[in-house]
Amino acid sequence: MAFAGIKVIQPLALHASSSDPYNRAAKSIATPSPFLGSTRTLRINQSLPIALSRPASSIVAAVSDVFKEKKLKSTSDLLLTKEEGLEVYEDMILGRAFEDMCAQMYYRGKMFGFVHLYNGQEAVSSGFIKLLKKEDSVVSTYRDHVHALSKGVPARAVMSELFGKKTGCCRGQGGSMHMFSAEHNVLGGFAFIGEGIPVATGAAFSSKYRREVLKQADCDHVTLAFFGDGTCNNGQFFECLNMAALWKLPIIFVVENNLWAIGMSHLRSTSDPEIWKKGPAFGMPGVHVDGMDVLKVREVAKEAIGRARRGEGPTLVECETYRFRGHSLADPDELRDPAEKARYAARDPITGLKKYLIENKLATEADLKAIEKKIDEVVEEAVEFADESPAPSRSQLLENVFADPRGFGIGPDGSYRCEDPKFTEGTAQLCFDVEMKNLMLNMHLQG
Amino acid sequence: MPPISFLLLIRFRIPNAIHCQQVGAAGKKTSVEAKTSCCNWQFHPQILETMASIFQGVGAATALSSSTSFDTKKFQFSSRRSLPERKTSFVVVRSGASKMDNGSNRTGGRADHLVTNAVATKYDNPAASTASKPGHELLLFEALREGLEEEMERDARVCVMGEDVGHYGGSYKVTKGLADKYGDLRVLDTPIAENSFTGMGIGAAMTGLRPIIEGMNMGFLLLAFNQISNNCGMLHYTSGGQFKIPVVIRGPGGVGRQLGAEHSQRLESYFQSIPGIQMVACSTPYNAKGLMKAAIRSDNPVILFEHVLLYNLKERIPDEEYVLSLEEAEMVRPGEHVTILTYSRMRYHVMQAAKTLVNKGYDPEVIDIRSLKPFDLYTIGNSIKKTHRVLIVEECMRTGGIGASLTAAITENFHDYLDAPIVCLSSQDVPTPYAGTLEEWTVVQPPQIVAAVEQLCR
Repeated sequence: MAFAGIKVIQPLALHASSSDPYNRAAKSIATPSPFLGSTRTLRINQSLPIALSRPASSIVAAVSDVFKEKKLKSTSDLLLTKEEGLEVYEDMILGRAFEDMCAQMYYRGKMFGFVHLYNGQEAVSSGFIKLLKKEDSVVSTYRDHVHALSKGVPARAVMSELFGKKTGCCRGQGGSMHMFSAEHNVLGGFAFIGEGIPVATGAAFSSKYRREVLKQADCDHVTLAFFGDGTCNNGQFFECLNMAALWKLPIIFVVENNLWAIGMSHLRSTSDPEIWKKGPAFGMPGVHVDGMDVLKVREVAKEAIGRARRGEGPTLVECETYRFRGHSLADPDELRDPAEKARYAARDPITGLKKYLIENKLATEADLKAIEKKIDEVVEEAVEFADESPAPSRSQLLENVFADPRGFGIGPDGSYRCEDPKFTEGTAQLCFDVEMKNLMLNMHLQG
Repeated sequence: MPPISFLLLIRFRIPNAIHCQQVGAAGKKTSVEAKTSCCNWQFHPQILETMASIFQGVGAATALSSSTSFDTKKFQFSSRRSLPERKTSFVVVRSGASKMDNGSNRTGGRADHLVTNAVATKYDNPAASTASKPGHELLLFEALREGLEEEMERDARVCVMGEDVGHYGGSYKVTKGLADKYGDLRVLDTPIAENSFTGMGIGAAMTGLRPIIEGMNMGFLLLAFNQISNNCGMLHYTSGGQFKIPVVIRGPGGVGRQLGAEHSQRLESYFQSIPGIQMVACSTPYNAKGLMKAAIRSDNPVILFEHVLLYNLKERIPDEEYVLSLEEAEMVRPGEHVTILTYSRMRYHVMQAAKTLVNKGYDPEVIDIRSLKPFDLYTIGNSIKKTHRVLIVEECMRTGGIGASLTAAITENFHDYLDAPIVCLSSQDVPTPYAGTLEEWTVVQPPQIVAAVEQLCR
């Protein structure tokens, strides 16, 4: 009745005072998140209308109807089944336990270099990747351990790779920042930010090519490209948004906005920090979602993946998330405010899902404990396996440089270099004469 | 028949005995001096006599005199002749996967199924009898297109992407007509985003396609350096051999006619250190088509350098299909006195200089190295072992170019065979000026090549 007298429908104004009855309703949908030290607040407007039909210029930021409806309804309709719930939970626990073990192993001197851990962001990985088929592709950045795990790469293969052993998923040649799996279609693992996005675009292009040129009508493989907030200021991001939308490629650009690019706050580096808005500028829907809530992520992911599979083109999904640890294990993490960290720690995605599962009677404490125990064993076993695995031998040095090793060329004696028996032993000097080579080998053998 | 015999003899390394014997009349000399003086084209009568008897033995018609070198025309065999002692560079490829494409590289990466010996003893080469078929004449850019089209016809995974490759037909018409035939997705007009569409090509290659990425000008690929270095070159390795990148990156480069500094770059010098890639440079319609096809069929990422000024060269090429070897160099003109190593446009400056040199009585051996990475050290080495003098003529800048690397490789491998320091003629270390006169002085011109040979063979 309080609304009866209102004739003019006000647009939703998220920063009006809370006494305004109109905005009380609006606030329950929107999730404003003021950031410490910022001069602007991110206005999260989740109830803009969807315009998913052509022409592209009429597409505005969108949130799926399904998702919005679910939020407004009561929670009597569950967002996933018990099986799905446990699968997702297990995946998130695996991600967390694995990364914690990585930290331990790093400080014990078992792995080296740059190691970037994913603690806190598990909802994004599990929320998206658990909806994929094996043939779908995932492209990540250097923060790729958990993406690989979620996609199905065995923990022991990832741990082995981190230890630099030959049983690693990349034979010890890639390391933390280069997780690849041909079997599970994990296309990397890239050390430079942004350089994976074109690769993901290419994988999506392949999918479209198969369907339209090679006439494999049932090919509906989608590609997920994961990257961070820092990458969203990089040229490759924009160039790929353009191409993906232009050719309606089956790709989802997943921004893991954890607000920090090493020590650079997202707000200090970005003129318009609302990344989801950049999607419509290129002609694709842009969605913002709470990346600490795996169920919300999953709902958005379903919609976006469905779009891509149906050939409706790409989607830009910005997941507001947070990394509990520093940028890498070498990062002292002194710039972030402890209050901010505490705020996000309270929204730990694993705790969130656990609460949901228990409250909705999808699982018991015992079920979840069993999963945690199982994962502990998996991770322990992975470490054992990695410890016991041999390091790559010398002969592996020159393998895999070329898919066709004739690329090493023809030596002075007329045969291809790779035919040299010393080649695979890693002792062949690629530029030396035969006599010199033998001399070097002898010197090497004599130590 | 006779030309081939001459061929065998030219390839025959003149044994040391003759080198030493020739100083008999002049008194005892050390072997070093003997070698030096023997390189003087004025052969000692004893050598000429010996050679004359050899030639008479095979019924050669040419009479030898002490004042002229061999008639070079007789030895100017085209690059498509195969040399019996060397794996032929002219093959007719049977359909189906190449020997290397056995998927074993997934986990092992070892060349288990290689051709066991690159120096095949005898290779049945039906295509060598090109004399029986008329062949057809075309321009270099048409030869590239022909090769490209044949490969696209043969394998539906082969696709093209780049700026203006589709509707426009390519800025140098290499892809003309292909979009009409194969569609807009298979011959993809990209937006101007080199780094991203190169990366896209790489991602497509990782997931099963075989893209040819065109840089409208090779200089534009500077923008794609990130993708070319990190992903093209390294991804096969960092993935432990799980993904291969069978891309061809091609485009026109080199110094043109007053195109200005930025459109006149030689990117081969910048890319050469990238591990995991191969680089080839075409210079004739014949090798352009053959290298294009070889590059497309290769499972390695190959960068094919074309030259802006060579697109309209005309040549008669065989009708039957042929694929050249990516790793081999091409013998342009066999000779005795000096080995001239060159590639791309400079080949023509060298051949022009060779005419002058021949008139002056020199006998240069000209090799178009074709494979810029890796170098064909066999062909190059054999030549050096024969002539003992090397001149490199390239269009790269003096600093850090292909010539610089080649100089190092030759010094390391063939130092003992050299009678003189290697001379490398390169472009000046300047941004290519716009003014025609300045531009001319930037690159190596034939008179400089003549002067260098004269200096080298003194």
